[in-house]
Amino acid sequence: MDLNTALRELRLLDYLRLLWGDAPWVEPVLDLISIITVSTFCLLIVIFLIWLERKVIARMQDRIGPNRVGGKFGLLQTVADVLKLLTKEAITPVGADWVAYNLAPFLIVMTALLMWAVMPFAPTWIGVDLNIAVFYVLSISSVSVVCLLLAGWGSNNKYALLGAFRAVAQLVSYEVPMVLSLIVPIILARSMSLIGISEAQVLPFALLVPVSAVIFYISALAETGRTPFDLLEAESEIVAGFHVEYGGMKFGMFFLAEFISTLFMSSLFATIYLGGYRFVLGELFNPNYTTGNLAGILIFFIKTFLVYFVFIWIRATFPRIRIDQMLNFNWKFLVPWTLVLVLVVALLDRLVADSGWTVRTLAHLSSNIVIALIALGFARRRAAREKLFEEEFGVAEEIARPMILGSDGHDDHEHDHETHGQPAPAHD
Amino acid sequence: MNVDYLMPYVPVAVLLGIALFLALLLPILSVSLGPKRPHFRKMQPYESGMTAVGKAQRRYPVKFYRVAVLFILFDIDIILIMPWAVALRDLGLFGLGAVMIFIAIFIIGDLWAWKKGLLEWD
Repeated sequence: MDLNTALRELRLLDYLRLLWGDAPWVEPVLDLISIITVSTFCLLIVIFLIWLERKVIARMQDRIGPNRVGGKFGLLQTVADVLKLLTKEAITPVGADWVAYNLAPFLIVMTALLMWAVMPFAPTWIGVDLNIAVFYVLSISSVSVVCLLLAGWGSNNKYALLGAFRAVAQLVSYEVPMVLSLIVPIILARSMSLIGISEAQVLPFALLVPVSAVIFYISALAETGRTPFDLLEAESEIVAGFHVEYGGMKFGMFFLAEFISTLFMSSLFATIYLGGYRFVLGELFNPNYTTGNLAGILIFFIKTFLVYFVFIWIRATFPRIRIDQMLNFNWKFLVPWTLVLVLVVALLDRLVADSGWTVRTLAHLSSNIVIALIALGFARRRAAREKLFEEEFGVAEEIARPMILGSDGHDDHEHDHETHGQPAPAHD
Repeated sequence: MNVDYLMPYVPVAVLLGIALFLALLLPILSVSLGPKRPHFRKMQPYESGMTAVGKAQRRYPVKFYRVAVLFILFDIDIILIMPWAVALRDLGLFGLGAVMIFIAIFIIGDLWAWKKGLLEWD
């Protein structure tokens, strides 16, 4: 490769490598450049993301949204907000645990930035191509649970403590189906590197294993604490949850981390399930087509922002769910069915390993549709049973059960499914 | 020890340094730009306008603990499955069968926890 090819294909790191030769300082400096680009990008894109979210939500609610600062569309509104937050007083409330209180926003920004190290923006634009990238992302994002608990516990505020408990319960619960659904594309791609997974997608995995994609999307909503899973910062119940005591830039740091990780989740979805930087249509019609860097980064951002737009859309559409619904949905529906999905995909992948892409796609797609139908059938039957109970007794089963079974909440007897409509005799 | 395994993590370490710098920069900027006028009332924790009653760091309901224990079990399950998922085709039928039994045990475990009322939130 010569200098002109490198420049034409926008392989900027290769260009610099050719330009600077083989000196020992070249590789570390190149690492530094790519990493600084990634982290600067994260911080700058948030300014745009907040503006986008406010504007889209406003339009969906038949409002205008920010339109004063920075021209007709209010593009600089977020810059003004950041400046305002920076000039606010930084306080630590009385009785707060100083270390925990101040460590939490600090750590959460670090985790949000660290995740981006492995994200491939274009074929050669990546911070570092780790062979365990998925594992790395999951382990880094788990640290945010600790941050939320630190924030809630350290604030010396009851709302914050409640919010932190809710946050931990929700985040650790939904991590299980999220990671399990990520195992499906890992099985299909036989790689944990994000570039490896992108390259393995002749068709996007969202078409191969749509159930896995949907489960990952729902879990990503819960992991980033967005509507309908925003009960960790439910404004109408616990004021603001874990960050109720934070003000000024410390609050701004939680906000920053939330937006960065939401964008990260959507780009992870785009990479793992939609093919990332690859232009799949072009490759289908022309087998020799390979995505260049410029096209790659455009396609990557189009996919990412489509996914991000659906995040905002869902926020404008759905109401918040209760904590028992949130946990029931996870442990009684998502987790068992995701485990079944992993089993079926592993078995099928074994059976059709040597077949062509058409056979593999059809086999995985049909098995996914069957699993989805069976799971939805079970859910419908359960819902119908609960509705029957409510119509017969005028009270929902989850409210009635503790009253029927006595003060300890639940019994150890076998539930008799033949007479499920009848309440057990009350204790005397 | 083979150092080559750790070489890909050099950029991660660099990013860690930059993240550390940025995460320190924001509060330092905030402290140096903002006013400093502490007041007894201002430093009180928010409790809907009342003076806060007692400390907030108190014991927590056991139902959160149950969820956490369940999570730990499943998390260990996942950590064991992930390397298996990468090497599935090299492991042969034994690898497939063994992990299928392993996953089946976890499905049964989840259903058992459900039946025992571990997942009830009341």
